[in-house]
Amino acid sequence: MSASADSYYLPHGTPWSILGSLGLFGFMLGAGVWIDGWNLLGPLIMGLGILLLILTKLGWFGAVIRESESGVYNQQVDRTFRWAMAFFIFSEVMFFGAFFGTLFYARLFVVPWLGGASYMFYTHALLYPHYRALWPTNGPAHVGGAFSAMPPWGIPALNTLILLSSAVTVTLAHWALKAGHRRKVIAGLVATIALGVSFLLMQAHEYYHAYTHLNLTLHSGIYGATFFILTGFHGLHVTIGVIMLSVILIRVLRGHFTPEHHFAFEAVSWYWHFVDIVWLGLFIFVYWL
Amino acid sequence: MSESIALSHDAHPAGRGLTRWIKTTNHKDIGTLYLLFSLIMFFIGGAMAMVIRAELFEPGLQFVNPGFYNQLVTMHGLIMVFGAVMPAFVGLANWMIPLMIGAPDMALPRLNNWSFWILPFAFTLLLLTLFLPGGGPEGGWTLYVPYSLELGYSFPFLIFAIHLMGISSVLGGINIIVTILNMRAPGMTLMKMPLFVWAWLITAYLLVAVMPVLAGGVTMQLFDHFFGTHFFSVAGGGSPLLWENVFWFFGHPEVYIMILPAFGIISEIVPTFSRKPLFGRTSMIYALASIAFLSFIVWGHHMFTSGMPVSADLFFMFSTMLIAVPTGVKIFNWIATMWKGALTFEVPMLFAIAFIVLFTIGGFSGVMLALAPADFQYHNSYFVVAHLHYVLVTGAVFAIMAAVYYWLPKWTGHRYSEFWGKVHFWVSVISVNVLYFPMHFLGLAGMPRRVPDYAVQFTDLNMISSIGAFVFGSAQLIFVAIIFATIYGGKKAEARAWEGAHGLEWTVPSPAPYHTFSSPPEVMG
Amino acid sequence: MKKKWLHAAWCTSLLAAITMPTLWAANLYNLPHGVTPVSHAIYGLSMMAFWIMCGIAVVVFGAITWSIIFHRRSRHPKPADFHENTVLEIVWTVIPFLILIAMAIPAARVLIRAENVHHSELTVEVTGYQWLWRYTYPRWKINIYSRLADSSLRIAPLHSGRSPYSTPHYLHAVTHPLVLPVGEKVRLLITSKDVIHSWWVPDLGVQMDANPGLVNSIWVKILKPGTYRGQCNQICGWGHAYMPIVVVAKPKAQFLSWVKHWRKRHPQALSPATTPDP
Ligand code: HEA
Ligand code: HEA
Ligand code: CUA
Ligand SMILES: [Cu+2]
Repeated sequence: MSASADSYYLPHGTPWSILGSLGLFGFMLGAGVWIDGWNLLGPLIMGLGILLLILTKLGWFGAVIRESESGVYNQQVDRTFRWAMAFFIFSEVMFFGAFFGTLFYARLFVVPWLGGASYMFYTHALLYPHYRALWPTNGPAHVGGAFSAMPPWGIPALNTLILLSSAVTVTLAHWALKAGHRRKVIAGLVATIALGVSFLLMQAHEYYHAYTHLNLTLHSGIYGATFFILTGFHGLHVTIGVIMLSVILIRVLRGHFTPEHHFAFEAVSWYWHFVDIVWLGLFIFVYWL
Repeated sequence: MSESIALSHDAHPAGRGLTRWIKTTNHKDIGTLYLLFSLIMFFIGGAMAMVIRAELFEPGLQFVNPGFYNQLVTMHGLIMVFGAVMPAFVGLANWMIPLMIGAPDMALPRLNNWSFWILPFAFTLLLLTLFLPGGGPEGGWTLYVPYSLELGYSFPFLIFAIHLMGISSVLGGINIIVTILNMRAPGMTLMKMPLFVWAWLITAYLLVAVMPVLAGGVTMQLFDHFFGTHFFSVAGGGSPLLWENVFWFFGHPEVYIMILPAFGIISEIVPTFSRKPLFGRTSMIYALASIAFLSFIVWGHHMFTSGMPVSADLFFMFSTMLIAVPTGVKIFNWIATMWKGALTFEVPMLFAIAFIVLFTIGGFSGVMLALAPADFQYHNSYFVVAHLHYVLVTGAVFAIMAAVYYWLPKWTGHRYSEFWGKVHFWVSVISVNVLYFPMHFLGLAGMPRRVPDYAVQFTDLNMISSIGAFVFGSAQLIFVAIIFATIYGGKKAEARAWEGAHGLEWTVPSPAPYHTFSSPPEVMG
Repeated sequence: MKKKWLHAAWCTSLLAAITMPTLWAANLYNLPHGVTPVSHAIYGLSMMAFWIMCGIAVVVFGAITWSIIFHRRSRHPKPADFHENTVLEIVWTVIPFLILIAMAIPAARVLIRAENVHHSELTVEVTGYQWLWRYTYPRWKINIYSRLADSSLRIAPLHSGRSPYSTPHYLHAVTHPLVLPVGEKVRLLITSKDVIHSWWVPDLGVQMDANPGLVNSIWVKILKPGTYRGQCNQICGWGHAYMPIVVVAKPKAQFLSWVKHWRKRHPQALSPATTPDP
């Protein structure tokens, strides 16, 4: 098959989606069985599901890459991918929006109210007369015991630097790709991946530190909850980003992409920038303010 | 047109048997799958509603225990919303959008297939919970905490099922947006796009915006339940009201997700059978956009009795009432379209007119609910149940039925039986009012929703309502019979099945060939 | 010409056939007028909104009906082809807007009044449990547990074989009602010990959620002695339908003697903080 500028490319028949759905189903079913604490069947089904999902993704993206390399994708397909990626990232923004919204709602409303502010006077007076509304907090019942907040100017600041520089390196790689300097592309990507991995290592260390030294855990009230859900999902996205960057690196090593035609590269770099910007939000609102 | 593509199409005819449906990337196949799935879910959800109505026929418990009743109500709500109405609209989008904008298919055909095939698994997971010890979820479709967190084994499956539905909707939404933005035939400018396509563009945007918020919200429930976080418990500095805010931030746009495509459908059907162009096209589009925008800032109207500050009550009351203005514009424009037309009343038009009237009644009760102090009396009463079924059943579902009758000739190549269609319509439209109209009065008189048993003074109207429900439910069997009769036989339909119909979908033969618009059509002014 | 009249007559009678029972039902099954200033205001607001909606309905449905009758192809075979009219469109944007403002202003007034809990003369704490209510009068250290009355409890279970019809106030009777004085502004502080419940008594014009860990406040001023019934109105589990509320309003003097009486029978003084959970 080939395509010219005035026609569309249409794939025909795909085994991947049903397998992907089965994989997702296994994943979720297994997770449910596991988390309900029934027996070892849970992890087993879940593992099979995840495996199937990974295989599916490999097959699916493999097919897309082959088609892309064989040149059947014209500009229109390229535009399609761009829009799709943009809206996918938008949906991710909204996903994080739910957690940021939670953080703001807790900090701006719930905690002051519990402390007696505004119209929740009676709540404070009747139920929590000794509670003082200060952030960070683990709530009127001090659930999880005394803890310390994660100070911003240690690892988090360093991590900010790391991610910001990784944004630079990925952009350098992009420029290099457009200019056709393959070696520089590879260097830029390797640097980005390395920075991403070191970010993750640092964060793992930070979590370890939080659990062992600060007594900052998932149980640490609303502070711990919002802290870990925001940084945790961010970390998960960094991990996904690193995997995607690695795939791109492999593709570059295999000689994929041309200065004009490299949507996959751009999509991943958009994604990386998105992860980066989320982190800035995290740094400001979770760690700093 | 490119030779190679034509060849490749011939090389890929519709597959055979089950694999065709499983592996298909064809928008028409996938549209059909969505529609069939939705029909099945409508019947499952409907069967649950029949049990509900049977239990409510009389005071006292006759058939089910309170716990199981709560499960039925919860499942009914979730299945009808996520399993019946939304997939039906997505199915229509799949079938019609490429035909209406002159595209050969959806922009991302493989992804399209995936969006669909996630759904049966999601609902398998959800329905499976009914067979677990302790049964299914029972907090109502709104999943209020902490009741929702008290669930037993069903809890994680409920959460994961919602995650799956979310993934499916977001992927589907992205696909629709991209198709509309990128696959239009040359000359099909945005402002020339059919209203159904416009409505879906905006709906898809809402989907992509709010489904992730719900996903985030249920994820927090999962964490509270299993990992010891305190998002929703005050002891740890969280709040159960946080969930209500998150849910309704999703939930209100969600109800517009279920009505905007209906607006689009009505805007297609009314001009056709009035033989007159749509009145106020531009203002219709602006109205859609303003409704979508407003839908993000009104969520608090579901929480008037939750104990929000007065300032918040006021804000949400005013913003909610504002929605009546753009919605009114739509209603008036439809009437103006009919005005001085040459109306005929084939079944799609009958359903469309019923939609306009009955949706407006639902809108009226909506405006009454929006008055915060009055909502102190209406809230969680059958007045709300009446409202939501007027906008959802005689709104969304009637629009879907109108669309099915309208496009059935295009899909199957056959004309449905006008006689049986009219029987279906008249039985439905009468019984649906017998079913839901009395609920207004029940609510006003003080009958709470989500109860299996009630005080004896509510008996009469509940009996009337239940009888209406059984008739309405049975009438849907006619609908199914008509659909299958039309698939397998009936008079041949022409390409332009309705003499007053315009639009690209009517330029291709009926039934629409497996591949249409392999080369872009000319779009005239 | 003659046929036109026939049609009009047809439509009027059809409309009447629909409206009459509606109005009849609206009269029989309507919001209670209630016994508090707020319930009166809400009733007025609701009726105003109802009549406005009826008015709009007459215009909108009238126009549709007119079009259906007179613009059907058999009577009006040549369709017009107008599709725009800016003036008209502005009119039907502005008029609904004005109608809404006309409703919003009184609604806002009632709202602000309904939520103003200042200057109350008596405070009662209301706590929801699965599935009963506890009423605490901090001033007199009185503590009342209020559950579904046995009369209903015997009938309620599946296959109980008993008929609800012969029981007075089936599902709306309690073991011990909440007793309040007539004519005093009473502040209710509402909370819950487990899941969300909601305290709803239509005659008092009050519905307020009982959120675990939060205290909502609302007020009532009952103008007429009597017994007023309602029930929990937020799905709260198995027993959600079996969580009634009964309020007995007594004139001030009788209320005070009830207080005395109750305290004599339940002498142990309880402060709210030491009140045991049931
Ligand atoms: C398709 C779904 C749909 C749609 C379109 C709507 C539309 C509207 N809804 Fe509805 N609503 C639901 C689905 C929907 N709703 C559901 C499912 C619930 C219950 C959820 C649950 O708790 O389970 C609910 C609950 C609900 C509540 C909460 C009630 C409560 O729990 O106490 C409120 C309160 O404000 C409300 C208001 C409105 C309003 C103002 C509109 C407006 O958009 C209506 C606008 C339309 C019109 C007004 C008619 C046409 C206009 C004219 C002819 C112009 C002239 C009119 C005037 C000037 C008034 N709705
Ligand atoms: C689009 C959404 C949708 C649709 C289509 C419906 C359709 C119906 N609903 Fe639905 N309903 C909701 C959305 C919807 N509902 C929601 C969101 C809630 C709130 C849930 C909550 O509180 O959490 C709700 C709640 C709800 C209640 C309130 C329960 C309670 O609060 O206790 C009731 C009670 O009568 C009810 C009844 C019905 C009936 C009779 C139908 C009928 O229209 C159904 C008709 C269809 C069929 C019947 C299926 C087809 C036919 C057969 C299966 C053949 C067999 C027929 C016979 C045996 C007669 N619904
Ligand atoms: Cu308590 Cu419902
Ligand atoms: Cu809403």
